[in-house]
Amino acid sequence: MTYKLILGALAATGLTAGAAAAATLDDVKERGALNCGVVTGLVGFGAPNANGEWEGFDVALCRAVAAAVLGDPTAVEFIPTTGKTRFTALASGEIDMLARNTTWTFSRDVDLKFEFTGINYYDGQGFMVPKSLGVTSAKDLDGATVCIQTGTTTELNLADFFRKNNISYEPVAVETNAEGQQQYQAGACDTYTTDASGLAATRAAFENPADHVILPEIISKEPLGPLVRHGDNEWGDVVRWTLNALIAAEEMGVTSANVQDMAAAPGDSPEINRLLGTEGNLGEMMGLEADWAVNAIAANGNYGEIFEKNIGENTPIGLARGLNAQWTNGGLLYSPPFR
Amino acid sequence: MADTHSQSVAYVRESMVPQQPAPVSETGAIKWLRTNLFSNWFYSILTLAAIYVIYLLLSILIPWIAGGVWLASDIRECRAITGDGAGGCFAVLEDRIWQLLFGFSYPSEAYWRPTLALVLLFVAAAPVLFASLPRALLIVTALYPFTAYWLLWGGTILVPTFALVGVVAGYFAYRALVDRSFALGFFGGVIVAFVVWWLAGFVTPALSDVLALQAVQSRDMGGFMLNLILGVVCVSLSLPIGIVLALGRQSRLPIIKGICVVFIEFVRGVPLITLLFVANVVLAYFLPPGTNFDLILRVIIMITMFASAYIAEVIRGGLAALPRGQFEGAESLGLDYWQSMRLIILPQALKISIPGIVNVAVGLFKDTTLVSIISMFDLVGMIRGPILASTDWNGVYWELYGFAALLFFVVCYGISQYSQWLERQLATDHR
Repeated sequence: MTYKLILGALAATGLTAGAAAAATLDDVKERGALNCGVVTGLVGFGAPNANGEWEGFDVALCRAVAAAVLGDPTAVEFIPTTGKTRFTALASGEIDMLARNTTWTFSRDVDLKFEFTGINYYDGQGFMVPKSLGVTSAKDLDGATVCIQTGTTTELNLADFFRKNNISYEPVAVETNAEGQQQYQAGACDTYTTDASGLAATRAAFENPADHVILPEIISKEPLGPLVRHGDNEWGDVVRWTLNALIAAEEMGVTSANVQDMAAAPGDSPEINRLLGTEGNLGEMMGLEADWAVNAIAANGNYGEIFEKNIGENTPIGLARGLNAQWTNGGLLYSPPFR
Repeated sequence: MADTHSQSVAYVRESMVPQQPAPVSETGAIKWLRTNLFSNWFYSILTLAAIYVIYLLLSILIPWIAGGVWLASDIRECRAITGDGAGGCFAVLEDRIWQLLFGFSYPSEAYWRPTLALVLLFVAAAPVLFASLPRALLIVTALYPFTAYWLLWGGTILVPTFALVGVVAGYFAYRALVDRSFALGFFGGVIVAFVVWWLAGFVTPALSDVLALQAVQSRDMGGFMLNLILGVVCVSLSLPIGIVLALGRQSRLPIIKGICVVFIEFVRGVPLITLLFVANVVLAYFLPPGTNFDLILRVIIMITMFASAYIAEVIRGGLAALPRGQFEGAESLGLDYWQSMRLIILPQALKISIPGIVNVAVGLFKDTTLVSIISMFDLVGMIRGPILASTDWNGVYWELYGFAALLFFVVCYGISQYSQWLERQLATDHR
């Protein structure tokens, strides 16, 4: 491979840089694998396990898309990205999609020229306090010392929240989450604030997680979702509707256990039939096989199954569905109809 | 006899006093303690304070190691076993040792390959490091890069073989042409080597099964293996490049001198992490889409550039330390430039530079952990990423980072000991 690399280097210098090809879907099919950008390691959301296989909440979405496009949930090349390299990796075409707990913001969508294809996790800034403090609401935190990561939006959100509620606090500046975890455990502050999922993961690492509670107030919006490049709407549709299919499947009661049976023959519900390809030609419209959604759901199960398996209440992280429940259960998950 | 002089010299001693043991305070451990630890009240206080600090450290460290848990499936089980938590949770090392050493996606049935490559590295490095070994062993050293490449990356053996053939062909072309002029020989050799590689590019795809090991992608390399690959390759490449740069900087030819000065000053003026970001992120914009320009190769190029600029400056220091007379003496013997450099100047300059070169090498080896920031899973990357992010081991810090520190310490201390030995071997001055 040495000379191949050298030849590659020569070819690279000889050729001018071309724009990333627009037809990502065709590229993925031709390559036979999806290049999916993931996190280098975040508890519950994405990390290789002891056998070196990637698993996690965001990773499951990569697998679902690969299953929908290629029929094989293992046909994914996971490209780990850090917070600093993720956007360049996507913009340069190194990855086809980014599923890496990335907050959907105006400037990322518009200025960085990306397209967020949905929201797979509604996060927000929360507070963690020791149970012994006896606090049940963030509004009771008047005069509390708060561990806060400096230079982040969480710092600004914190100031806004306390000013709005006309209560005072004493900030204790920390640099990183690890430092915050340590300061909080050492009792340097009454409460620690960061994204709620991060709080849950932090708490899961404590020796006695039950001694700490995460308060119900969420004081900022952090919608996390998968994203693709601007300008390739067909590919964006594939990612968007794969996510929607997982959400809709939960709503309609399609699970990884019963999806094959339900897809074997048209059932009573027209929308399930359309979703699973036993009726209509939704897959064909996107350039996929008719059973695209069947494959996507069979890969890891529907949205609820993915949530429960990776970050749900029976895992050490123990996140409640909260905002991420179906709209029928008072959450925000609301898939547009499959019609 | 005792009576002989008793009248004449009364003060002469008549019998030998039997030998007495030395006073207790002037011998053995007590004397050592008194002179070294309690020679006056100030040192006594310092000693007692130091003993107290050591006691504090050991009182934490010993229960931590002795009470450590080596068999558990996750951190919660660890905590259940240790109870109060004085013992370390070393089970994480047991559980993830192969990931720490080889990364998480190197095929486990092929772990023998990097291990064998490491063993062969010692064999190949021995004739270079120890001048007493027979020179014929250098052929092993010359073959090692190709063998190691085949072992680590796998694939057909034809690829490294043709790479070797290209190098050999280039060398013979150089030998044939160098008599006419050095430049002709050099560029002729390079061209011949590239022609061979280009021709081999047509042959190997058709024969990709010949003696093929399971191929491993570069992005599947990881763990301490990746640190070692980067460290060994970059140090061994940057040394010759550094020598050339140092000589180029002293050249009388303005273009060569200019290029070397600009290169050295530019690379030294840029942080390594910036170069790594360029390798990882910026190059992706310039290369045409779909070009698979290997990430490890990009990183090796950047780290090598960085290290060779530093080594060039270290060697320039060695050159500057040589008396002017050595250069003039070489010229007066009628040696040409390359002969005088090879026979007179460089052996002395390099000897002076050894501590500096080793310093750069050790620093560089530790700097290879920076690749964890550009999402490569070296030893530190494995700890920070996959292992601490698993629900099983989130919260185990000291054990993992202590293990990483231990691995790096062993290697760096070994390098340092070798360099001190080498300095003693080469010591010809009369100090």
